[in-house]
Amino acid sequence: MIEFLLSLLFVLLFVLGPLLLAAAGVAVGWIVEANHFRRLEEGERQLGHLVVSDLKQLPENWAASDASLVCGEAAIARDSLKSFLAGLRRLVGGRIRAYETLMERARREALLRMLRQAQAAGANAVWNVRVSSSAVGGGERQKTFGVLVIAYGTALKVRGTEA
Amino acid sequence: MIVVNTEYVPGQSIVEVKGLVQGNTVRAKHVGRDIAAGLKNIFGGELRGYTDLLIEARREALGRMVAEAERLGANAVLNVRFATSAITSGAAELYAYGTAVVLQ
Repeated sequence: MIEFLLSLLFVLLFVLGPLLLAAAGVAVGWIVEANHFRRLEEGERQLGHLVVSDLKQLPENWAASDASLVCGEAAIARDSLKSFLAGLRRLVGGRIRAYETLMERARREALLRMLRQAQAAGANAVWNVRVSSSAVGGGERQKTFGVLVIAYGTALKVRGTEA
Repeated sequence: MIVVNTEYVPGQSIVEVKGLVQGNTVRAKHVGRDIAAGLKNIFGGELRGYTDLLIEARREALGRMVAEAERLGANAVLNVRFATSAITSGAAELYAYGTAVVLQ
């Protein structure tokens, strides 16, 4: 009987334990990501009136003033359990959705912070936007911690947007 | 849908600026390709598997960008830019962005 109980304890501790931890990790990562997307959508809705473009020049009939540089940065860590699943995916090749959403979150966050800065400056448009990204940490044969995105552009006060 | 990487389309003027549109994709080739690429590394030469990977990724990223522009009611995407990043070894991200506009 004692032996049975001990083996049951062993199974619980060393087999179910890690599985439960992994499941909890996946759930937490999923909740964090869903919350982030919700916050992004809310922010984008609030700043939806700003006209954002990567063009250098304004359309001919527009007039602009008060130009200033605005930037937004975001560093998002990768979810280690999702990275593990992505690693498995790499064996067979194809799309890696876990990383697609990671990059999307980082980019939208950086663009959103840029827009907040533009709004604080009283602008209603951001022109010549550029987006650049890189991985944080890593190096030869080492894992990276996450991704870094910087978005920058020129905030402007424009008139004559209704042609 | 006109997709160009110039600031304007000759003979047409911008009627409305719909805003920034973007598309991305992260892709990997199966591990066999990675090993083959490692071997190729000894003598040099084109890594055809990864060239295909990039072509597929470019189509996908552009496709998503265009889909977003269509959703906004634009008929052209101007000043398209591409950016790549290496998130992890063996996988590449391709990101395309541009300005969705209505041309006339």
